[in-house]
Amino acid sequence: MTRLNARIPEGPVANKWTSYKSACKLVNPNNKRKLDIIVVGTGLAGASAAASLGELGYKVKVFCYQDSPRRAHSIAAQGGINAAKNYPNDGDSAFRLFYDTIKGGDYRAREANVYRLAQVSNQIIDLCVAQGVPFAREYGGLLANRSFGGAQVSRTFYARGQTGQQLLLGAYSALSRQIALGNVTLFNRRDVLDTVLVDGKARGIIARNLVTGEIERHAAHAVVLASGGYGNVFFLSTNAMGSNVTPAWSAYKKGAMFANPSFTQIHPTCIPVHGDAQSKLTLMSESLRNDGRIWVPRKMADVEKLRTQSIKPSDIPEEDRDYYLERRYPAFGNLVPRDVASRAAKERCDAGFGVGRTGVAVFLDFADAIKRKGHDTIDALYGNLFQMYEQIVAENPYETPMMIYPAVHYTMGGLWVDYDLMTTVPGLFALGECNFSDHGANRLGASALMQGLADGYFILPYTIGNYLAAEIHTPRFNPDASEFTLAAQSVTDRLKQMKSCGGKESVDTFHRRLGKIMWEYCGMARNDAGLTEALYQITELRHEYARGVNIPGGLDEYNPELEKACRVADFIELGELMVRDAQQRKESCGGHFREEYQTSEGEALRNDERFAFVGAWEYKGREIAASLHREELQFNEIKLSQRSYK
Amino acid sequence: MNFKLKIWRQKKAAAKGEMVTYAVSEISSDSSFFEMLDALNQQLITTGGEPVAFDHDCREGICGTCSLYINGRPHGPLKGVTTCQLHMRSFKDGDTIHIEPWRAKAFPIIRDLIVDRSSLDKIIQAGGYVSVNTGGVPDANTIPVPKEKSEAAMDAAACIGCGACVAACSNAAAMLFIGAKVSHLALLPQGKVEAAKRVQKMVACMDELGFGNCSNTYACEAECPKGISVTNIARMNRQFIGAKLFSEREKIVRVSL
Amino acid sequence: MFLYSSMTKKVLMALAGLFLVSFLCVHLGINLMLLRNDGGRAFTEAATFMGTNPVIKVFEIVLFAGFLLHIIFGMLVSGQNKAARPSPYSVGNSSDAAPFSKYMLHTGIIVFIFLLLHFFDFYFIKIGIVAPPAGIATHDFYHRTLLLFSTPGYSLLYIFCFVALGIHLNHAIQSAFQTLGLNHSKYMDAVKVIGSAFSVLIAVGFSLVPIFILFFRQ
Repeated sequence: MTRLNARIPEGPVANKWTSYKSACKLVNPNNKRKLDIIVVGTGLAGASAAASLGELGYKVKVFCYQDSPRRAHSIAAQGGINAAKNYPNDGDSAFRLFYDTIKGGDYRAREANVYRLAQVSNQIIDLCVAQGVPFAREYGGLLANRSFGGAQVSRTFYARGQTGQQLLLGAYSALSRQIALGNVTLFNRRDVLDTVLVDGKARGIIARNLVTGEIERHAAHAVVLASGGYGNVFFLSTNAMGSNVTPAWSAYKKGAMFANPSFTQIHPTCIPVHGDAQSKLTLMSESLRNDGRIWVPRKMADVEKLRTQSIKPSDIPEEDRDYYLERRYPAFGNLVPRDVASRAAKERCDAGFGVGRTGVAVFLDFADAIKRKGHDTIDALYGNLFQMYEQIVAENPYETPMMIYPAVHYTMGGLWVDYDLMTTVPGLFALGECNFSDHGANRLGASALMQGLADGYFILPYTIGNYLAAEIHTPRFNPDASEFTLAAQSVTDRLKQMKSCGGKESVDTFHRRLGKIMWEYCGMARNDAGLTEALYQITELRHEYARGVNIPGGLDEYNPELEKACRVADFIELGELMVRDAQQRKESCGGHFREEYQTSEGEALRNDERFAFVGAWEYKGREIAASLHREELQFNEIKLSQRSYK
Repeated sequence: MNFKLKIWRQKKAAAKGEMVTYAVSEISSDSSFFEMLDALNQQLITTGGEPVAFDHDCREGICGTCSLYINGRPHGPLKGVTTCQLHMRSFKDGDTIHIEPWRAKAFPIIRDLIVDRSSLDKIIQAGGYVSVNTGGVPDANTIPVPKEKSEAAMDAAACIGCGACVAACSNAAAMLFIGAKVSHLALLPQGKVEAAKRVQKMVACMDELGFGNCSNTYACEAECPKGISVTNIARMNRQFIGAKLFSEREKIVRVSL
Repeated sequence: MFLYSSMTKKVLMALAGLFLVSFLCVHLGINLMLLRNDGGRAFTEAATFMGTNPVIKVFEIVLFAGFLLHIIFGMLVSGQNKAARPSPYSVGNSSDAAPFSKYMLHTGIIVFIFLLLHFFDFYFIKIGIVAPPAGIATHDFYHRTLLLFSTPGYSLLYIFCFVALGIHLNHAIQSAFQTLGLNHSKYMDAVKVIGSAFSVLIAVGFSLVPIFILFFRQ
């Protein structure tokens, strides 16, 4: 149990980061040139880390499965990025951002990390503006802010509905500059399939060149994983089709602990599922909740008439509409945190008041906002989102309310990291969504971008130096060393075995089945019996997969089915761990809602006595259950209370 | 809905390719174009064939991974959308749909419908950035930017780097792609510092990679899923001419330590 | 010249093109004098002026340079553009594109062939490389013109070539503005309208002469 040491610096929370920076070990510029770092992933965290490390003079190799670093799924984040700039003069501060994030995360995040995040948030905005990120501005030429769920101040910076894109392109341009300067080498279209340890330290990776199928070995003094989240375990999610857990999962199997895997964020404003052929879900920015009002009919009769299309939503008079978020949470209304909004939608739909053809959707209505602010203002704020909605659903949201339903969006869980963002494997770091650190049991809107960039631009460049300072005498590694050969061989064997099992069913068939199990039993609401059932079904699925999957094509060519097969194999194993984690946590908190633990009003009921800890799982072997380690969370700055948004 | 598909199949870069005909049936009109191709691939896998390889990732129109030249148009018949946002309701039941990869010397085919677009990354590497390092930058609000400029910059910055402009262009030119990046940065005070150098380096890189140049057909603007305007190309031309005519020669300054 | 970047080539081509437009205006003005029923007096006077004035002589060289520049850069850029897509699509591109913009090379080649023809008919006679047809003096462009246009086939070919030139100009003028970076939302519509009107004026203006000679001249 002593293995989980978060190594949080001493002192008051507001000074920890400053004192860390003044005390941490440094690497001299001449030595940086001699140190290699591998970065996996080119999203906000990976690209910003690779660029910053390149700027510092390290020799960086950066890997992505996409054809270009610019395509990482951070690009799809729409709403914005939080920072405690307090430009609107509405009382914001680093402490408030810290407080909101801890509270929003339902008190399951580590105070020291979150405070540091709030502190560096301002620097991110400064840097991004200097890079040329076209944030929205006021007529005076200064930056504009908008409000976002879970906060009572306007602290969100945005670039239309494409904030993630613009921030990523900023990081990508910084990365491109380092590539041009020769400090960073890019390896695109590579799947990272294993982590290589030498003498207990992370020293490299095994990657598959997706174009040629070649299994490549890459060595370095440290490995940084920024490979994103694992929402695709649900098959249907707002993640990109290629988003996967594989690099993190391979690290888990090599000894990096996996923390809070069951903490999944279900985003309230997504476009509802249309049918069985659906391959992915589309998120609509949460910012829509600033002006849209969420409702379902109050009367069952209206629900039925809507379903038979004998009335239009606009025909339902005001008094027959149930604006359930405004009703249940008068203080925050439609701006309650994501987990609360999602569960409330599920509650209404489960009670039979859902709208749309499938009955699993609620209305998001802009009629009032259009009346109040005018068509043009709404168009300026949400035009592209409205357009996107119309494109997918073929309905015009200016005329008829949008229909939305929650969908899997983000995973708060991930590799356990200490204050240095280092996993339990020395020399192996995890950044961004790939780690578990800052969002507790629920992430607030516009915080993912903040965390990814904070980790990559402003935190890792210091903390990795602290680790590498002791490695300056370690010569460059030879990727032909036995550890690498062994790891490459085991990857090749695994691929061959998967390919040759001679099954009949496609990878997608299994993935869809896994997704159904996860969504049904480990989704928005969980209970012990369901989780037990899920465990049984997933184990079954794992065995079926091993002998029943059909992978056409060869190993040494471009083979998208083989890529998917590796990813799904890992998702199945991860699914099992998620279920175990959900079962272990006998409380409700944030995105993790156990039906057995709720207040009489149906709100999440935490158990701080027993569960104020991070649950980190250690891999024990293929057929052996993982073992749980606890990092007890200390709350010195914030008093734990039941989250209330009423 | 039922469709006849004519799809370009090519095993690898060096192989010879050809159009192959397939049929898909019982496709929902709400399905996206890729969900229709998913259905085809499932059909191919279960019947022992090799699935069609195509590039796709976010499937929400922002990552720029998807391509496809559908019935003579990049990203298909609709204006202002990527292929992943195209739905089968935009076609008629029984239609024959021709699907080809994007064709340009600078976009070699990897397999079937997948092309290698790293040339676009190389163009950005040639100068599509502001040379600032992490840390040591001024407070964000010390650089005021007129709202109109910032909006125009955002219009240009909306480029998703999909390469539809190259695919649509009769000259396989990347002028809209470069024009967008040059404009985005030239419109902002942060980017002005390096503007002259940037435009020359990026154009030189484009030529080197084997792209064509503009004959101002504006097909790129018509096919751009993000509606990026050719006025960005004009702005780049202006920048380029200005840079060629008036930019200072770069002196190599030796710093002795 | 070959080493210039594609953009420089295009800019020089556009500048040369705009210069050639000014020549077209002068030439059209002189041609239209043929419509005067004065037995070719005004036309001959103008032609003599153009043929003997020393300033014009110098400009003639500049003009040839302009033509050469426009043609050579046009060919170079087109060559690079063709090479940029070595394997064609199997379904032709049906993207919306500016009218006639895809036929610049074709119309350009037609105009170039016409230019050669025109040189044989007039310029080479003037400078004495080619002998004038029987009964017409070396510098008698008036009767030479009448003789040529009294052949309907030649007149038709002439009109065809100027329609091609009109099409070329229709895109060329606004395209040159774009290439020179002079595309601004405030003015571009006007540039397009004026450019199109000018191209029609050139095509119709030059075509009037053979039509007049064929049908209306007694």
